[in-house]
Amino acid sequence: MNTLGEAWQWLTDAAHWSGDDGIWHRLTQHLVLTVVCLLISCLIALPVALVLGHLGKGGALAVNISNIGRAVPTFAVLVLLLLTPIGRWGEGPTVVALVLFAVPPLLTNAYVGMRGVDRSIVQAARGMGMTGRQMLWRVELPLAMPLVLSGVRIAAVQLVATATIAALAGGGGLGRIITAGFNLASTPQVVAGAVLVAAFALLVEALFEIGERLAPAWARGGKGRAG
Amino acid sequence: MTAPPDDCLARNEWICGEYLSTRRQIILDAVVQHLELTALSVLIALVLAVPLAVIARRWGLAAGPVLALTTVLYTIPSLAMFSLLLPVYGLSSTLVVAGLVLYSLTLLVRNILAGLRGVPEDTRQAARGMGYGPIRLLLTVEMPLALPAAMAGLRIATVSAVSLVTVGAIVGFGGLGNLIYAGMNTYFKAQVLTASVLCVVIAVAADLLLLGVQRILTPWTRAVRS
Repeated sequence: MNTLGEAWQWLTDAAHWSGDDGIWHRLTQHLVLTVVCLLISCLIALPVALVLGHLGKGGALAVNISNIGRAVPTFAVLVLLLLTPIGRWGEGPTVVALVLFAVPPLLTNAYVGMRGVDRSIVQAARGMGMTGRQMLWRVELPLAMPLVLSGVRIAAVQLVATATIAALAGGGGLGRIITAGFNLASTPQVVAGAVLVAAFALLVEALFEIGERLAPAWARGGKGRAG
Repeated sequence: MTAPPDDCLARNEWICGEYLSTRRQIILDAVVQHLELTALSVLIALVLAVPLAVIARRWGLAAGPVLALTTVLYTIPSLAMFSLLLPVYGLSSTLVVAGLVLYSLTLLVRNILAGLRGVPEDTRQAARGMGYGPIRLLLTVEMPLALPAAMAGLRIATVSAVSLVTVGAIVGFGGLGNLIYAGMNTYFKAQVLTASVLCVVIAVAADLLLLGVQRILTPWTRAVRS
C-alpha cells in the first residue's frame, strides 16, 4: 500500500508533468508514434489485402505472415534495427519495428473480410456489368468494412501497448517513464509510469469500443474477428 | 603486449562462430531460463483458464465479466504489467511468470470457451440420454470436442509468451531477452542476432510440438478428413 501511496505522490507532483521528460511530452510522443505507425501500416497493408482479397489469392500467405509475426519478439526486432544503419535515424527503428508489428492483423482481417463477402452478391454485381474496380469499391469493400475496421482496432491497441517497449531501446513515449524509474531504482516512479501506460492503453481500447457502438450498422464489427 | 585477436568477435560481425563456441554456456543458460519461464507461465495459465471457461460456459452470467476482465488485462502493455506487479513480487522471475500468466489467460479462456460453445446441442442431448451426468458429460464429451479450439489458443498463447519473455529483461529475468538487452547496450551484434534468432526458433519449435500433440490427442479430426 505504501508503494501505491508514493506512486500517487509521484503522479500528483506537478514537476513530473512538464518538461522534456515530463508526462505530457511523453504522452504526446506516444500518441504521435502510434498514429504515425498506424497510418503507415494501413497504407501498406490495406491496399495489398483488398487487392489480394478481390482476386482471391494469397490468403494462406497473409495468415502465415500473421502467425510468423507473433513469433518474432518486437523487442528483438527493435534492437536489431537499432544496430543497423537505420539506428542512426532517430525514431527510425521504432517506427519500422512497430509497422512490421501492426501490418499482420490489418492484412489478415482485411483479407478475411474481403473473402467473406457472399459470393452470390459478387456474382450479381458482375451480372450487372460492374468492372472489377467498381465491384471492389462499391460491393466488396463496404461489406468487408466491419472486419477491416476491427483489424484497425486490434492494430491500434497493440501499437499503443507495443510502443511502450520502444523505451527499452532508448526510444521515446510513455514507457520511458518506467525505464527511467528502473534506472533510478525508484519503484514509485516505475509503478506510476505503469499506471499511466496501462490507463492510456485502456482509454484507447475504450474509445474504440465506444466508437464501434456509435458507428452506423455497416461499419460495426464485433463478431467475426480474425486476429 | 599481444595484438588483439583478429576474429569476428573483434570485428563485431553479425554472424560469428567464435561467439557461439566461446559463450556456449551463457547462451544455454539463457535458453533454459527462457523455456522455463514460458512453460511455467503457460501451464499456470492453462490450469486457471480451464475452470474459468467451464464456469463461463455453465453460468451465462459469468461469461461477460470473465471475458471483460481478461480482455482488460490483455490490453495493459507488457512493460507496464511487469512494472505494476513489481511492488508485489519484487525483482524476481515470479514477476515475469505472473505477468505472462495474465497475458496467456485471455487467449486461453476465449478459445476454450469458444470450443465448449461449439459442441453441438444434439451431441450433448445424446450423451444425456445415455445417462451421462454433468461431470462425465464435461470430461468425456465436451472437453474432447473443445480440444481443437483450445489447442489453437494454447499455440497462440505459447508463441506470444516466448516473444513476451524478452521484455522481462527489464527486471533481469528475460531469458534470451537478457542477452539482447546486454547486447544492445554494448553494441554487440553477434549476441543480439543470435539471441533473436534463438527466440524465433524456440517459438516455431514450440508451435510445431503443440501441433504434434494436438494431432495425437484428436485422432478423429484426421479420420474425418481422409
